[in-house]
Amino acid sequence: MRSSLIRLEDILSQVYAIWLREFKVFLRERSRLVASTFTPLLWLFVIGSGFGSTTAYTGLDYQTFIFPGIVCMSVIFSSVFYGSYIIWDRKFDFLKSVMVAPVNRGIVFTGKTFGGMSNSLVQAFILLIVGALIGIQFTAISLLQTIAVVLLFSFALTSLGLALGSYMHSLEGFQMIVSFVVLPLFFLSGALFPLDNLPEWLSILTMLDPATYAVDALRNTILDLGGSYSFEADIGILAVFTTGLGTFGIFSFRRMKAV
Amino acid sequence: MVELKHIIPKTHPLDHLITIRNLVKQYQNLTAVDNLSLDICNNEVFGLLGQNGAGKTTIIHMLATLLRPTSGSASVNGFDIVNEPAKVRASIGIVFQAPSSDDMLTGYENLKLHALLYNVPRQIREKRISDVLELVGLTERRNDQVKKYSGGMRRRLEIARGILHKPKILFLDEPTLGLDPRSRESMWKYIQKLVQEEKITIILTTHYMEEADVLCDRIGIIDRGKIIALGTPSRLKEIVSGNDIIKLRLEKKDEDFDILLKDLSFIHRISTDVDGSIILSVEDASRNLPKILKRVNAESVEFSNRNLNDVFIYFTAQDTKEQPEGGFMEKFARYD
Repeated sequence: MRSSLIRLEDILSQVYAIWLREFKVFLRERSRLVASTFTPLLWLFVIGSGFGSTTAYTGLDYQTFIFPGIVCMSVIFSSVFYGSYIIWDRKFDFLKSVMVAPVNRGIVFTGKTFGGMSNSLVQAFILLIVGALIGIQFTAISLLQTIAVVLLFSFALTSLGLALGSYMHSLEGFQMIVSFVVLPLFFLSGALFPLDNLPEWLSILTMLDPATYAVDALRNTILDLGGSYSFEADIGILAVFTTGLGTFGIFSFRRMKAV
Repeated sequence: MVELKHIIPKTHPLDHLITIRNLVKQYQNLTAVDNLSLDICNNEVFGLLGQNGAGKTTIIHMLATLLRPTSGSASVNGFDIVNEPAKVRASIGIVFQAPSSDDMLTGYENLKLHALLYNVPRQIREKRISDVLELVGLTERRNDQVKKYSGGMRRRLEIARGILHKPKILFLDEPTLGLDPRSRESMWKYIQKLVQEEKITIILTTHYMEEADVLCDRIGIIDRGKIIALGTPSRLKEIVSGNDIIKLRLEKKDEDFDILLKDLSFIHRISTDVDGSIILSVEDASRNLPKILKRVNAESVEFSNRNLNDVFIYFTAQDTKEQPEGGFMEKFARYD
């Protein structure tokens, strides 16, 4: 009993070590933080205001309507990019120095994923503050639900990013990830349009996109008009995606070559 | 009470911290490590000496459980590298060819990270970090980000990280590669200090003969994945002693120098270097060189004083005169 307790402390301190490193690097790389916060703001204000002048959805102005989608967008970008940045770790041999330590790959994976989640959370917070400034009203419950959705969703996408990164050996594959993973996840999520009355092919594609349920969950909790599914259904489906992608991530990490 | 150590002779299996048996690493069309067998003793500094691509790093990576051998086996600190990787990893420290610390973190933060990964007990963590920083002379720079460190300082931080968890064995893969001569010499001093203060077994790879000579108790010269000579630096030098090394570049490349030089008894060995020149090991070169030049037309001639460099050339150049079956390995593989 005693020894298994000690072992648990060992594991936790390893997860903590990996997470702490990720978080410190995140806070110190200001340019990355500024750049990745700037893009969602650009969408919120330029697209939001631009389209907002001609379109209105069920009594909401367009900027407010896309706000949940833009929060999810920031999570998609930051989580997937964060995960695939593991190629840098490999390039600079940092990864090798972790792999040669007596640390289970699953622990490395978990620490990294927690790192991605906290990065996404910081960015989401910045957006939530901006949201409050443009008139979106939060309650204590909607704030907690938002945090929960952001964490769950970013766990899923950080896992995806780490999995993809574990297969890549150069930065050339990075553009592929942007074109074939990040942008489709964003555009097919219904972040920019309502899910009702879509053509059937598009409707099916949105249903396959985990981001759809994150956006919908946030609409349910932040906006008065609610989403296309119930909040509980969104969370349930998101949890299934998260489990699947998390498993895929750990599997990929396990089979990743150290050198 | 009599200490067991005095009874057991130095080459007793118990004293072998690392045992390598018939280790092979095969890539599609390249045998990086070719049926290697080797024992490394407790508390020795062992040097793997060889050119780039000779297979040194591949050996280290296999012993550190980062690469899976194609066949053969090895045990490190009594643990099998394939079946007990976690125990092997806990027993070793490793300094890679390229510095692997995170340069966004400070020196201290990098060490703290690894102390946590290696589960250095909390009570001694801070003290141990301070101790290793002191040992490599980085105490004053502990709170600077690694990106502000010089190349030599980065290497020293790597060493500090390698010994942080008090491993039994430390691997140093080309510890002075790319350092200027002065930083290299200071690195040697730190490594020597390490040997004295930490009582650790070190396996280092290098292609600097001088480095191996200064630091190592024993050297294995490795070429194309095989150990071709093994012994103490002085013993290896002895093997070529009595011989001076002459390097000839012939006017006509295809000249049959073998036959032309065959009957000269003062030539002990003829071989060709990678660049096509001929390497002769010769008694008393200053007296005998003119006799050689009467036989063959040389475009250029070099001959050097004996040092470990000659040992290296002597063993790695392609042998074209007598090649005893089993090679030099058989003849000189013994523990001094």
